[in-house]
Formats: sequence, structure tokens, C-alpha cells
Amino acid sequence: MNNPEDTSPPGERDWSVVVEDGIAKSNEPVSSAVADPAATMRRHEPHEPAREHLPERLYEPRKAVHNKRIDGPFRRFKWLVMLVTLGIYYATPWIRWDRGPYAPDQAVLVDLANRRFYMFSIEIWPHEFYFVAGLLIMAGIGLFLVTSAVGRAWCGYACPQTVWTDLFQHVDRFVDGDRNARIRLDAAPWTWSKVVRRAFKWSIYLFIGFWTGGAWIMYFADAPTLVQDFWRGEAAPVAYITVAVLTLTTVTLGGFMREQVCIYMCPWPRIQTAMMDEKSLLVTYKDWRGEPRGSVKKAAKNPDRFGDCIDCTQCVQVCPTGIDIREGPQIGCITCGLCIDACDRVMNDIGRPRGLIDYATLEDCEREAAGGAVKSPWRTLLRPRTIAYSMIWAGIGGALVFALGTRSHTELTVAPDRNPPFMLMSDGSVRNSYTLKIRNMESRPREMEIAVEGLPGAVMWTDTINRGEAAATQRVTVPADLVRQVRAYLVVPAGTAPQQFEFRVTSLDKQRETDVVETRFDAPEDE
Amino acid sequence: MANKRIDQPTGTPTVGHEWDGIEELDTPLPRWWLWTFYLTIAFAVGYVIAYPAWPMIDRATEGVLGWSSRGELAKEMSAADQARTTVSEQLARIPVERLPDDSALMQQAIAGGAAAFRVNCVQCHGSGAAGSQELGYPNLNDDDWLWGGDLKAIEYTLAHGIRQDGDDETRRSVMPPFAGAFDTDQLDALTDHVLAFSGKAASNPVGAQLYADNCAACHGIRGEGDRAQGAPTLNDAIWLRGSSREAIKRQILNPRMGMMPKWEGRLDPVTLKMLAAYVHSLGGGEDFVEVAEDPEVAVDEQP
Repeated sequence: MNNPEDTSPPGERDWSVVVEDGIAKSNEPVSSAVADPAATMRRHEPHEPAREHLPERLYEPRKAVHNKRIDGPFRRFKWLVMLVTLGIYYATPWIRWDRGPYAPDQAVLVDLANRRFYMFSIEIWPHEFYFVAGLLIMAGIGLFLVTSAVGRAWCGYACPQTVWTDLFQHVDRFVDGDRNARIRLDAAPWTWSKVVRRAFKWSIYLFIGFWTGGAWIMYFADAPTLVQDFWRGEAAPVAYITVAVLTLTTVTLGGFMREQVCIYMCPWPRIQTAMMDEKSLLVTYKDWRGEPRGSVKKAAKNPDRFGDCIDCTQCVQVCPTGIDIREGPQIGCITCGLCIDACDRVMNDIGRPRGLIDYATLEDCEREAAGGAVKSPWRTLLRPRTIAYSMIWAGIGGALVFALGTRSHTELTVAPDRNPPFMLMSDGSVRNSYTLKIRNMESRPREMEIAVEGLPGAVMWTDTINRGEAAATQRVTVPADLVRQVRAYLVVPAGTAPQQFEFRVTSLDKQRETDVVETRFDAPEDE
Repeated sequence: MANKRIDQPTGTPTVGHEWDGIEELDTPLPRWWLWTFYLTIAFAVGYVIAYPAWPMIDRATEGVLGWSSRGELAKEMSAADQARTTVSEQLARIPVERLPDDSALMQQAIAGGAAAFRVNCVQCHGSGAAGSQELGYPNLNDDDWLWGGDLKAIEYTLAHGIRQDGDDETRRSVMPPFAGAFDTDQLDALTDHVLAFSGKAASNPVGAQLYADNCAACHGIRGEGDRAQGAPTLNDAIWLRGSSREAIKRQILNPRMGMMPKWEGRLDPVTLKMLAAYVHSLGGGEDFVEVAEDPEVAVDEQP
């Protein structure tokens, strides 16, 4: 990426020695394409001595990455992940889920106005945000797990920045052709045909960005209604603003900045170094096998002088972040494995063993370099560290599921009035008042019974009835999915001492859910 | 700079500083980063022109948009007023005794009344509306009312106050001072009789006779009081000015009588209704019963 030696503009690079597609058919050897090593671009010279003069540069212009099309197991896996993730992203809001007449029927909905989060059969209230926190912790631990096991697999396959960048790169390819054509077009002067092409391409960018933002807002309102409102111009301003902002960011980050986000903006590459160890699988160029590099021709002349790498730079050309993996692990590498696909193909074609670039651990590399045998990757994946992460991850997940399954949908909170703490009535009896909040987390109205326990002779009335109807228990109806606040007045006969007692609320339905809160009854102390 | 050099492994120049052998690479910024930085500068310039920014001697520069946080507040306040007007209009139309029929409006009224109470009433009645026996401010939470505890009676008391000169409608009750009328024994006997109503002492014929002659006309023969003239009940557990013998004797000899400002004219009718609703909601509120009252106790129903 930031190779100070390479100051030639992209158009002047001599890529012409490489065949247009880079992928020869199996019956014609690639070696013809890399016939003359002298003409081959040497972008990277890690062993070159430092130059004497100091360049005074204020900034580093971005070098466009034109990655070449490649096919192989990792590319196919990337396609699969892209299909699944984008599919989930666009389709989820349209899944319906019947919750009865009092709740929305969208399977996944973040209802900000009513402060509810619906996810299939799960409904989360704001006070239960710890479920979301738990999910975030799981996501964090999951990233630790994945990183310690297979390096930056998240970055390589599942990260939205990667997925959308990939999408935009396919758009580039679709409109402008593959790598060489795109490089030529970049360098070409602005003719009308180039303007039209660019306009066409950027309008596709905009279209993708718009659909990305558009899908995002569907998670926050009833999707079919929102779509209609949106096109009628009746949706909330925040919807249009969100779509506009996300369209802009999608086009900017996915269409134009791409690998710059990973290299300069994202904290994840910085954190990951702390999570990997010598047992993590990383995309690795096995330099002990590859170096020194030499073309097929040269190697044929001097079989013992050169390594397996023929310096065809296919691994560089297919890289979505435009780095050279042969320089070793680096921040720009998102471990997507496309260079492995490319290198394996070349090795196949020239009849050398595959795996010159491969997922490997540092330990494996050292052992292999010393002539040892390769371990199975499973040995790497199942080691104390990953098992510990998995256990923690599964433990948190289990706890969340358990908490979700056993939580009560009825809850009571009691706030006794403390000003004044008690009230002497004219007949000598003592009154206390309480604010009860009864929570009904079912999507239907429920009748609840409030009872007083452990306070002899107490009768209760509420703000909606009269003292004449005071009784030991009262019934209230709590609307669906709501908290109902009830003022309760409690009267005990004269002479009752201050004491603790309990309010009990019981749902009068099949569930008979109940919640008990202990609170205090205040009364004048005996003189 | 001291010793700039090219760092061998990266090929990047150093900035030339060195701390304990640690050097810093002078990696050039990405171009977009620099542009973003310039954009922030441009934004800052624009912001300073558009919004209040530079502190001057007595105020900040105004900004061409004329935005200010005070203006923002004023806008939000007027929006809140707008939102409240519908409730106010409804409250203005509805007679106070009809409020309980509209529970949503009643809730609004109670909430508004709570706010108004904290501004205008807590000085005497206390923040919990529990009043003060010490000073003779009535407790508004209990079920003992001098002048009546239904919404209409409360609103009337609020509107016209108690013992307010210059208002013919005001609530006015007078207890004559009996200093010099009784000797010590008589006073003790009378006090015993008053306490006997609530079972705190034994009654006696002397006290009973004195009571019947001097007190029963207002306080009732069994000490049940009379709301029509604001005479307190003497036979319940609640004492406006204390239940000790001393307090009772003091009140017989030199009665202290409280007063309450009239709020009509000081607060608008809607606020009065809201206050009535709030006081009524404190737990001692009574139902309004339609009775043919004395014509002079008719409440002005003009909002």
C-alpha cells in the first residue's frame, strides 16, 4: 500500500506482461505469460537499502486498488457469506410474525417511539437492556474466539465494510471490465465515453447506497407501511435524513474509500494483534519455500537456486486491499484468502505443490521451515485458548437464553409516599399512600389483582375508586405491553404499629404470574 | 530537527525526535485525511460566522443566523404552551364537579395542580400538603374538612380564601375568645368534656353544661362540628391546633384563627380547577353531592 518506492502513477505500471485475465486455461501454461522476469514489475523490494534523500511529502494519495477476478474455494466462500449477510440484511424486516392485535407483526423491529425491541418471539423492554448488553458481550467474545482461531476472518468475510467493498468491486468489474481494463480506463483522459461510463457506474453506486440506507430504516418501523409512506413523501423526516446519510456513507466508504477504512479508520486491526498468538491461523506466505523468487525459465536453468515463487504477482493483483502478502503479516491484510486461491491456481498450472500462500500458524511455519510435518488445522483450532473463549461465549449465551426463558412478564414496583409518611384519619385509623407500577409485558391487556399481605386489618383503595369500595384486594386492568401506575391508599385500624408488609400482584389468567414487593407501613409511634 | 533518517524496515522517514531510544515514524497522512482536516477548518470558519462564537466584553458575537439558546428555549416554551392550550380549553369548559367523569382530563388536572401547588401553596401547607399543627395550617391529605372536601367546595375555598377582608364571598368563621369567662376549674372541666368526645378523658356534668351553653351552637352537641359555618369537629382524631390539654385551653381562651389568601384574580380559573383536583386527589377528597345549597354559596361558573 504505502510503498514509498513506487511513485509511478498507476497507469504507468508495466502490468502488460501479465495476461489479461491472469487465469490461463489448464491446457496452456501460465509460464508463457510471465516469460520475461526483467519486464516484470518489482513493486516490493523488502531488502532494498534505504534511500539517502528524505522525501518531503505532506500526504499520501490513495492508490486505487483494482483487484482481479479470481475463483477458488475462498472466493466461493466469500460469495456465500456475502449472499447470506446481504440476504439477511435486506430480507429480515419483511419477515412477519403474528403477535396478536396489540403488538406489531414485524419479526424484527426496533420500536423507538414505544421503546420496545421485538425479535421473533422475544420482546425486550428498555429496562432489560442487559440482554442487548449480553449480546454485545457475546459479539465481543465471539470476535476474540474467531480472531484467536482463524485470525481476521471477520474482516475477511463478514465485516459490512468488506462485504460492501466487495459488492462495489464487482460493480466496477461489471461496468469497466477486469483489472487491466480498469487500470487503463483510470489512466485514460476524460473522453465522453469515460464520462458516460463513470456516470453509469456512480449511479449504480448511488443505487446500492440508497438501497442500503433504505433497508436500514425498515428495522425501525413497519416495513410495508414505511415503504408506502416513504414514496408518498409522508414518512418522518428522520427516515429521509437517515436514508440520505447512509446512502452517502455507503457510497463514500464502500465505493471510494474501501481499504482506507480498514487501514486508517477501523480500530479492529489494531486490537487484533493483541488477540492473535503463534497458534492463530493467518494467511501466510511461506517465504522459506518461495524465496528467492525466480521465473519458471530461470528456475528451469538453475533448479536449486530459486524458490517456488515465480513472482507473477497474482497474489497482489487479486488482493482487495492491494497489499503484497509476501511482505509478511500486515495491517492491510484482512485474511480473505483470495491470494491463496490465486497462488494455488498458479502452482497447479506450473506443477508445483499448492500452499505456497496458505492459512498457517506461526508455529507451523517455524516447524515447516525446519523441515517438520504440517499439523492438522483442527489441532490449532481446538486449544485451551479457543476452548476457553468458546466456553465463556456459550456460557453467556446460555445465561441469556435462561434469563429470557424464565423472566416474568409481570412486575411490580412500589414507591411509598414519604411526605408525609403517614396520615391520621378522623376516625383514628392511619393511612399510607403508595405509588404502584404494574408492568404487563404480554401483548394483551391483563387483569391483575393487587393484594396486601402481612398487614392485619388493612384495606386498600386506589385513585380510580372511592374509599367506600376499599377492600383487602383490588383488581386493575393493565393495558397490553404497558406499565400502569396506580395510587394505592392503605388504611389500618387505630393502634397499628409501624411495620414491614408486602404487596403482591397476581395476573388473573392462566399464567398466574405473580410478583411480591416488601415495603413499609408507617404509623405514629405509641405514646 | 535533530536527526531525521530513513527507518530501515519500513522505508519511512522519522520525525527526528528520540525519547529513550524510541523514535517516531513520519508516515505521510492519507490525502483524504488531510482534506477532511481542511474541511473541519472550513466548517469552523462557517460556524463562527453563522452562530454565536466569540466572547466579547458583554456578550458573544451574534452569528448571522441569529440563533441563540435562549431563543431556542423560548421556541420550545411556546410550543409547550401550544400543547397545553387544548387541555386548558377543556378544563375551562368543564365544571369542576364534572371532572371525575373524564379521567384523562382529571389526571392532567391533577398533574397541573401538583405543579401549581408547589409554587403557591407549599409555603403554608407544606410540600406534602400535611400542614402544620404548630401553626394551624390544615392538613389537606386527611378526610377532615372544615368547609367541605368535594371538588366544588375546595374550589370555592381556593377562590375566595378564608377570612379575606374585601371579599363578601370569603369563608369566614369566628370563635369568640372566652378569656375571663371561666375560672380554672371550669376550664379544666370543659377541656375534659371536649377530650371525652374522642375518648381521651372522662366527661363530667360541669363541663357538659358549659359546653352546651357556650359551644354546642357551633360545634354541635356531640362535637361533630358544622361545615356550613366552618366549625371544626371536636370528636375525631384530628386536631387543627393540637390535642394536648394546654392547646385546647389556649384555643378556648384566646382562639387563633387562620386565614388563607383568596386566589381568584391571582390565579386563572383553570389553575384553580387544577389545584382543586390536586387537593381532592390527595386521598381525602369527597364526592360531590348535588344539594340545594344556600344561594350565596353558589360558585361563579364563568371560566
